[in-house]
Amino acid sequence: MQECCLYGILEVKVTHNCSLVLAAKAKLYSGEAARTSEESVTGSMSPKPMARQFCTKMEGVHNRRLACLARHLCLDENPHAGLSSIVFSPTSAGNSSFAHVKQAPEDPILGVTVAYNKDPSPMKVNLGVGAYRTEEGKPLVLNVVRKAEEQLLADKSRNKEYLPITGIAQFNKLSAELILGSDSPAIAQKRVVTSQCLSGTGSLRVGGEFISHHYAGPKIIYVPAPTWGNHLKIFPLAGLETRTYRYYNPKTRGLDYQGMIEDLRAAPSGAVVLLHACAHNPTGVDPTRDEWEGIRDVIRNEKQLLPFFDSAYQGFASGSLDTDAWAVRRFVNDGGETFIAQSYAKNMGLYGERVGALSIVVTDPAVAVRVESQLKLVIRPMYSNPPAYGAAIAATILSNKALFEEWKVELKAMAERIISMRHQLFDALAARKTPGNWTHILDQIGMFTFSGLNKQQVEYMTREYHIYMTLDGRISMAGLSSRTVPQLADAIHSAVTKFSS
Amino acid sequence: MAMARKSAASALAGAGKRMMSAKSGWWTHVEPAPRDPILGVTENFLKDSHPSKMNVGVGAYRNNEGKPVVLECVRKAEAKIAGSDLMEYLPMGGNVKFNDLSVQLAYGENAECLESKRVASIQALSGTGACRLLAEFQKRFQPDSQILIPVPTWANHHNIWKDAHVKAQTYRYYDPKTKGLDFSGLVEDIKNAPSGSFVLLHACAHNPTGVDPTAEQWREISAVMKKKEHFAFFDMAYQGFASGDCEKDAQAIRIFMEDGHQIGCAQSFAKNMGLYGQRIGCLSIITDDQTQAATVKTQLQLICRPMYSNPPVHGALIVQTILSNPELKQLWLQEVKGMADRIISMRHALRENLEKAGSQLSWQHITNQIGMFCYSGMTPEQVDRLTNEYHVYMTRNGRISMAGVTTKNVEYLANAIHEVTK
Repeated sequence: MQECCLYGILEVKVTHNCSLVLAAKAKLYSGEAARTSEESVTGSMSPKPMARQFCTKMEGVHNRRLACLARHLCLDENPHAGLSSIVFSPTSAGNSSFAHVKQAPEDPILGVTVAYNKDPSPMKVNLGVGAYRTEEGKPLVLNVVRKAEEQLLADKSRNKEYLPITGIAQFNKLSAELILGSDSPAIAQKRVVTSQCLSGTGSLRVGGEFISHHYAGPKIIYVPAPTWGNHLKIFPLAGLETRTYRYYNPKTRGLDYQGMIEDLRAAPSGAVVLLHACAHNPTGVDPTRDEWEGIRDVIRNEKQLLPFFDSAYQGFASGSLDTDAWAVRRFVNDGGETFIAQSYAKNMGLYGERVGALSIVVTDPAVAVRVESQLKLVIRPMYSNPPAYGAAIAATILSNKALFEEWKVELKAMAERIISMRHQLFDALAARKTPGNWTHILDQIGMFTFSGLNKQQVEYMTREYHIYMTLDGRISMAGLSSRTVPQLADAIHSAVTKFSS
Repeated sequence: MAMARKSAASALAGAGKRMMSAKSGWWTHVEPAPRDPILGVTENFLKDSHPSKMNVGVGAYRNNEGKPVVLECVRKAEAKIAGSDLMEYLPMGGNVKFNDLSVQLAYGENAECLESKRVASIQALSGTGACRLLAEFQKRFQPDSQILIPVPTWANHHNIWKDAHVKAQTYRYYDPKTKGLDFSGLVEDIKNAPSGSFVLLHACAHNPTGVDPTAEQWREISAVMKKKEHFAFFDMAYQGFASGDCEKDAQAIRIFMEDGHQIGCAQSFAKNMGLYGQRIGCLSIITDDQTQAATVKTQLQLICRPMYSNPPVHGALIVQTILSNPELKQLWLQEVKGMADRIISMRHALRENLEKAGSQLSWQHITNQIGMFCYSGMTPEQVDRLTNEYHVYMTRNGRISMAGVTTKNVEYLANAIHEVTK
């Protein structure tokens, strides 16, 4: 028995004629080949004394775990243990219940940051995850957020008690007003149920689970092609069959309106349709207002589909909160039922605090009350109630007129910086006479540019220029600065001249 | 679609004016959900205006003035971190330093499994979130296994495994005759369960009964579970809060680790650090080796990503600040002992007052039981009387949250209980 081994499998078989066969296999921690040694001790003794004998043998072994197991066997006074064979649990001896579990693939988006962090190059640029960066390339905590934090910290009357299952009531009310407009008829008619959830992801998941549990229509959701990768994981796990509708036209780098309408028309009546409220992720391609009307006509009048809006960029896309909420408000104001997932990750910079809200707009207030009660039953076994800190900050900002105004100014500044990055990148590529048409960089809206670069080109840019982005060619413009635009332009130029698109 | 059409008709009737109206009423068939038995208690309590009203329902600590407490170590930690946090996304597995400190607390700083880096740990949304992650993980990787849940248990345990689509069975736990542990029933049920079952164990301060196995009993349970090749999953929501001593409260876990079980553990900092609303906890699983721990962690992350992407920053930062700072950690240990001591003293006071009030029943169990809750043995009807006549709010299973008892109201409570049970 090797002294340095840490794990062992102990099989003690006490057969009918009380012979004790002991096989101890030891595996070296360093992973060398397992060495086996078998000692068999036979005799006509009863199990107990046999065990004791084994214990004595084991004492010389500097293996704490094996010794424990042996001690355990010796101490086993349990009368019920008159078993013909005592086999120790595999879990005790280095065969975990989860030994068969395979390594999961890296998340395609978050994995980019992981890879970025590992890169020692001082030149590296992270254009992967959609997190805003300043001109200096630093994360930004909004001034209004700091002020709200200070207010909360200074308020000694605050406690850390559990929130209600659906979160902070004031936060919910103000969130609904933010997306629907404070003059929304749906709110006035008490047809809106809002629950604080864990950012956009949490709101989508809770909404999806609710639909899966309670929806009277087909439990099918249509998402645009392409869409944020996590949508394709959230809804199936929530219990919804997930299909796609045509959305992005790679030839025009714009909306495939006809394809979208056709696919929505082909959907079964009552299916759910996921719509990006604005600043489509990853393409940055949004329908025009006319196109939205056409989409709405099909959804509401032709097919009675249930729209589920993902609103992650309100205020961030155009710089105006109302403008970015236009599509959502058009749908809700026509009186139809609607789901909305809101995130404050980007527009309030509250990323890591997981602040969001799910709103469900229904046909009448009595239904709203019942829906809210059932929504709680979805949330309670998931995490009981939502985290307080971030939502308290958001509520403080939304409810204070001065802070709210200041927030709008900061939000506009972020949106404008991104738009200026678009112009800078476009100009830089034009200056290099980079082959290809790059106007989509200006036409697309929001945090991302869907560059049209392919996997090979992206991998090249990462390798040679330390540009980190997702393999679908999505560039987070929020991660760019005047300093890094030239590097990106060089990288793109090099990639498209070296590899065909 | 018939249901939808029926509800459409009734919805149209009350719809009022609508322009381009959609198909109406996809949700009119939705039934009102039953009130959460625990959280519903507080709702009712808040509505009551009676001056003597008492909330001994939800398990959130109150000081002797009946007020919620923000621990001083927490205030200090918050002041330290104020203005510094960038609020960027955490990795899916959460704050790594927090995870490390958390498992050190659960398993012991010098635990061999920690030294060999065999523990997969992931920041979770308090105890609920940790349990749900484990349940989903169990469903994915041991889909044929079932979960054994004690009777009684925290009601939400059943909901959690149900929503994760894991089959559940129960095992005997509480003996209403002795108001203690039904040890032989427990052992029998665990033996009779199919090999390789997952067994949910309350590490200390069983919720709702306050009845914990002794060390000897834990050893026997461990032995039985080894033979049956069961997976031990500890829900530890009260470490430090039960006896006032973190090591002592983790004794069951230590015993199982010694015996070589590769356990799973859900930790919550809601009660012992008073961080209820921050939703801060940790799920850990002991595996074979460092590689496997990393592998298991990647799979747990795949469960988090489509649920909430990554966990919240703030609570983890507070816990990390406290546990990594020797002064703050000392302060915390004192404060958690203070909370535990107050509860223990209230147990004694309640029992004494009941005896003083002339109750002929035995109230020994009040001081035998441990942790935040006392399983009084009162019937739902008696509880209803307590609420309706005496404005004492508690769950109908007779569970009293001792944290809601103070020197000022303990006599009132004792008299009320005496009145409805005599």
